Amino acid sequence: MKIAFSTSGSDLNGDIDPRFGRAAGFLVYDTDTKNYETVNNDQNLNAMQGAGIQSAQLVAELKVEAVVTGHCGPKAFRTLSAAGVKVYNVHNAGFKTVSEALKAVENGELQAATGADVDGHW
Amino acid sequence: MKIAIASGKGGTGKTTISVNLACAANEDVQLVDCDVEEPNAHLFLEARGVATEVEGILTPQIDEELCDGCGECARFCEFNALAALGGAPLVFPELCHGCGGCARVCPQGAIAEVERRIGTVDTSVSGLIRLVGGCLDVGVAMAPPLINAVKKRVWKQGLVILDAPPGTTCPVIAALGDVDYVVLVTEPTPFGLNDLKLAVDMVRALNLPFGVVINRAGSGNADVMDYCRSEGIVVLMELPDDRRIAQAYSRGEVIVESLPEYKGAFRLLLDKIIKSGTAVGEN
Repeated sequence: MKIAFSTSGSDLNGDIDPRFGRAAGFLVYDTDTKNYETVNNDQNLNAMQGAGIQSAQLVAELKVEAVVTGHCGPKAFRTLSAAGVKVYNVHNAGFKTVSEALKAVENGELQAATGADVDGHW
Repeated sequence: MKIAIASGKGGTGKTTISVNLACAANEDVQLVDCDVEEPNAHLFLEARGVATEVEGILTPQIDEELCDGCGECARFCEFNALAALGGAPLVFPELCHGCGGCARVCPQGAIAEVERRIGTVDTSVSGLIRLVGGCLDVGVAMAPPLINAVKKRVWKQGLVILDAPPGTTCPVIAALGDVDYVVLVTEPTPFGLNDLKLAVDMVRALNLPFGVVINRAGSGNADVMDYCRSEGIVVLMELPDDRRIAQAYSRGEVIVESLPEYKGAFRLLLDKIIKSGTAVGEN
């Protein structure tokens, strides 16, 4: 299974970016191969509007099954849901790096969100 | 002749200048309130025969049976109002600017366009002034299409005064399209000067002839005047910081009527604008 983490870093030690749509980038981790790749999100970071929708399309095209991020607004959540991508909000989870969040996902400590946890443009 | 009254900074007196110019014209004049997010020109005029028309924009509706999920529409949309995820795209009408491009690029002809209301346009009469103004619905973040709807009603000939929204972004650009002359209203403060510079950059980029009106003159410093001098920008008028003007404004009164001694100054302003705008047109 592939998981996308919103991050401002470039490896597993990077911080989780609290934003989804305007995240600096995504680290896409494959739990089967234990490999990861990073994807730059500059274009959507600077989008005039609809950044969440575009970022959701971006990670959906990478065939991820789950997104781990700080917050997820309503348009991004709707797009991710339509693509069958689960959302895990880790804003209040007490850890800050991708590797910490990954460990929590693998240990089944996180619950998938059932809706947006913030309004748009929070 | 079409004259736009604009400013970088809000609250500099665009509407005051617009309404008083229209009243000082003493001829048939169309006053167009393009500040659709906060229209207020009508507050100063006793309008008769108000007619309200509803305006909308065309937004996409996907026929899921015809759609093959190619995603052309979403790739085309500059405003990210469509999301392609393999199947029929998701539509976010609140982000749509109504350009119609998605329907045109769809190879399957699967996109119909349905109207979505964005606001209203009011037309009325007050003496020699024909007033047209738009009012954007609450929650709609789409001023330019409504400004364009207002501007469809602009006279092809005769004197037209357009009260533009503040700032230097899309709504102002929509208001300034195809005008003959721009009046930039500012105030002699650091804020006024900062935003005037932005507005000057904007009208220069649009290649429109323009001049400056300094409102509340005497209340701040000389920096705006110095800036205009060094940039070779014509200062058309200085409206003094007169408490009686503020009082008249607060009562919703027109200055040239409450304080007739200002009538000559506004008439002179209009003459200067017409002369400057026409001179450019002839070149």
